[in-house]
Amino acid sequence: MENLVQIAIPNINLASVMPSVVLACCAMVLLLVNAFSKRGATAHVAGLSLLALLATGVVAVGGWNQTQPGFSGHVVLDNFSIFFTVVFLIAAALTILMSDSYLKREGYPVGEYYTLLLFSTVGAMLMASGTDLMTIFLGLEVLSVSLYVLAGFFRGQRQSNEAGLKYFLLGAFSTGFLLYGMALIYGVTGTTNLVDISQFFQAFPSALTNPVAVAGMLLMGTGFLFKIAIAPFHMWTPDVYQGSPTPITAFMSAGPKAAAFAAFMRVFMVSLVGMQGTWTSLLWILAVLTMIAGNFIALNQTNLKRMLAYSSIAHAGYALVGMVAANEIGTAGVLYYMLAYAFMNIGAFAVLVLIGKQGEENLTLQGVAGFGYKRPLLGVLLSICLFSLMGIPPSAGFSGKFYIFAGALNAGYVWLAVLGVLNSAVSLYYYLRVMVFMYFKNPEEDFSWIQLKPGATICIVLSVIAVLYMGLLPSGIMSLARQAILG
Amino acid sequence: MSEHLLSLMTFFPLLGMIIVLMLPKNNGGLLKGATLVFTLITFAISLPLAFDPIFKTSGGMHYTEFAEWISVANYFQMNYSVGIDGISLWLVMLTTFIMPIAVLSTWQAVTTNVKGYMALMLLLETAMLGAFISLDLFLFYIFWELMLIPMYFMIGIWGGANRIYAAVKFFIYTAVGSLLMLVAIIFIYYSAVNSGMDISGFSIMDFYNLSLDPELQKWLFLAFAFSFAIKVPMFPVHTWLPDAHTEAPTAGSVILAAVMLKMGTYGYVRFAMPLFPEATQMYLPYMAALAVIGIVYGALVAMMQKDVKKLVAYSSVSHLGFVMLGIFALNTIGISGAVLQMINHGISTGALFLIVGFIYERRHTRLISEFGGLSKQMPVFAVIFMIVTLSSIGLPATNGFVGEFMILLGAFQSELRWFAVVATSGVILAAVYMLWMFQRVMFGKLDNPKNQVLKDLNLRELCVIAPLLVFVFWIGVYPNTFLEKMTPAIDQMIEQVTGKAPVVIESVVAPVQHHEPAVEESPAHGHGH
Repeated sequence: MENLVQIAIPNINLASVMPSVVLACCAMVLLLVNAFSKRGATAHVAGLSLLALLATGVVAVGGWNQTQPGFSGHVVLDNFSIFFTVVFLIAAALTILMSDSYLKREGYPVGEYYTLLLFSTVGAMLMASGTDLMTIFLGLEVLSVSLYVLAGFFRGQRQSNEAGLKYFLLGAFSTGFLLYGMALIYGVTGTTNLVDISQFFQAFPSALTNPVAVAGMLLMGTGFLFKIAIAPFHMWTPDVYQGSPTPITAFMSAGPKAAAFAAFMRVFMVSLVGMQGTWTSLLWILAVLTMIAGNFIALNQTNLKRMLAYSSIAHAGYALVGMVAANEIGTAGVLYYMLAYAFMNIGAFAVLVLIGKQGEENLTLQGVAGFGYKRPLLGVLLSICLFSLMGIPPSAGFSGKFYIFAGALNAGYVWLAVLGVLNSAVSLYYYLRVMVFMYFKNPEEDFSWIQLKPGATICIVLSVIAVLYMGLLPSGIMSLARQAILG
Repeated sequence: MSEHLLSLMTFFPLLGMIIVLMLPKNNGGLLKGATLVFTLITFAISLPLAFDPIFKTSGGMHYTEFAEWISVANYFQMNYSVGIDGISLWLVMLTTFIMPIAVLSTWQAVTTNVKGYMALMLLLETAMLGAFISLDLFLFYIFWELMLIPMYFMIGIWGGANRIYAAVKFFIYTAVGSLLMLVAIIFIYYSAVNSGMDISGFSIMDFYNLSLDPELQKWLFLAFAFSFAIKVPMFPVHTWLPDAHTEAPTAGSVILAAVMLKMGTYGYVRFAMPLFPEATQMYLPYMAALAVIGIVYGALVAMMQKDVKKLVAYSSVSHLGFVMLGIFALNTIGISGAVLQMINHGISTGALFLIVGFIYERRHTRLISEFGGLSKQMPVFAVIFMIVTLSSIGLPATNGFVGEFMILLGAFQSELRWFAVVATSGVILAAVYMLWMFQRVMFGKLDNPKNQVLKDLNLRELCVIAPLLVFVFWIGVYPNTFLEKMTPAIDQMIEQVTGKAPVVIESVVAPVQHHEPAVEESPAHGHGH
């Protein structure tokens, strides 16, 4: 007689979530540390957070080339997720480095800030390693909820409140789309596992044209594209980026965006690969629309945070070009670009954090007039980041764009590549304008309030070194990106 | 030593830049002196190239260096691949030769932020030299874009009243063109890969052997030609040049005119035409037409200018039109003339900008109407100005004559005969605008009291301009020194473009003596092969 009770022992394999577990545990310990620390002292929390990120990084990188599926196929720690994990960790670490003096200046020296940042990183990591729609959704929620709080972190400032609320409302709305899309796909295929979905579509190709499945694909796409801020789902970005604390803006433009890309790529290139024809032509249009919207609206901005927000929309458009190409080099190019963008954008934001006075009313073009003369070294570092954002060689931004557009050309999307480079020509104008003010205008201020603290200094210098390294010697990281997509 | 000569020459200024950046910023004299020394050493390093007899006999690449640079699996290989042939030889020499002169010309003109200026000059030298010696398209592109950054800041920071507009316009014009070229570069690479050819990175030598579909060539040629046309600049994309020249500081104008514009014409000779031979033939009449329009239009507009510097800038448009016409004549004499004219323009127009700089430093104006009768007050200056003016017009025994004569001769012997006829009017117009300007500035009554106290050139200024005068006459009287080394390389280039050995005209090497050239067609390769 068989056992009446059968307990299925799930295949857990903790190794598959080890990095997330480590970081989540560290974050919880930090919460306790906060509870027992004096209010206003946060330097040690920042230091411990950096250590936590470092430890997570070591654990994650240790798993390179050993694909570890776990939890019955709900998550996997493969090269793809490790590459993205490293991008998130770097983005978070650079953000933390520039945050400490910033929080003091703005009057919110609160340790929970770092804990929230770590939790959002955990969410991002889960998104990148999720192989089940539910895991991806879980990761997205952990990421988003932490970020809603962080965006509105300066509760005394109206702009920050506005950013938090706007991000929350629109974020919740888009999550609804995503979830509804997932439900529809589940309705058609009967599973939420990415590989199973793909197998289902292989077995029943007629399901691919099922209107419910197509609607599910479109709704999921909307949810992801909202998070990536692809036009026409980009409307929230400028206000949220402008109102959020500047380091958080930097983090949002690099980390969560990359996380959404990771999940988007996994879902669409694994599960919905059968519908590639449909979504490629859609993404083609959206990529062009996004590049045009981002670049042309950025032309007219005088607030630097807002300008960088629009430019980050444009950059997401470039990355989308690589996904349209959907070949080895284009996809690897997207991964490369995510890392490059993290360095160059956070580097630029870190200098802006230094330039800003309390409340950051002066982060305008006029506010940086003559900055290059008063602080020559910082001026050069910011210029390098801006040149990289423009895509001028030899910089990380150039290499990244090069691979992405090469992917598009290789896949036969000549016009997409041409529109892409023409768009980056448009972007020259607004990036150059920052330098016009920095170098070609006479200083109105002496910028004497800028104090170079070690954290911010390390953040900027590291970013610039990485930007130049990835520009001059891209082979190493590009090879890693290639391994990441080939598994 | 000799196997790394090109790298040493190219990156020495970069080393100089790093050292200059470490010097104290308040000591202007030291900074200028150090930069001068660095550029002189670079010139010294490059000097053995000019005396190497190998260029007389072989048109291939010499002093080649090769190192793997970027390689990602099977995606992309980009190599550090450099070399020099008879065409790039003289452009490289022109660059290393002009740089010390440009530095010397800043002695009094640049007083603020000397350190930044000198560092940018050195960075610019590395970028320009790198672009001339690159044999890998990707490497070329990197240097090509890198050139923009220092020039952008030089115009924008040290320029005139309208500098911001000029700097941004310069940057965006040039970058737009080069971005389209980038797409074309990647496209060629994939065409080569897909054709199953065994290529080493983005090597142009390999790409030369690629036989692309003519329909495709048309588009690729347009992308390259557009990018280079902006740099040349050809009509109608020349409008950035007068702005950039007028606003740039003297040294910036000198470098821009002497070297950077040549980057465009050199691009045609090295890349656009040999890579897309069939498209070249197809677009030949159109390019020649634009060149001739540039010649006449540039000259006519120059005539009407009130500002001396702007006049010289428009004269550049006209002169570069001649160069383009010579290149598209597609015969040895035409292209030799064009390459020689690139050097000539560098020397003559470089000298003209220096001269404008001299009087601008004295009077802080460049309006022709502000001057008059200067020859009485500044006799030495008058003589030098006259020589340079005549060289720019192309008087026999000066360099301008040889170059323009060869270009017109080459064009006349090619299918561009009627273009040559129209272009000849450019020579006459050049005499009109240059001599008219000279007359208004130097002759007449010295009635402006501000001009009555002007000092003649000092020793430093003489040192700046004297080396240029030497070459005005050297090229004018004995161009053979230069021609004999470029001819083999040019023959090879023509063979690449037309698919057959060039028609050799014996009078190529000494056109001054043979006004009635004895055309002697040789069926096989000409001399040097």
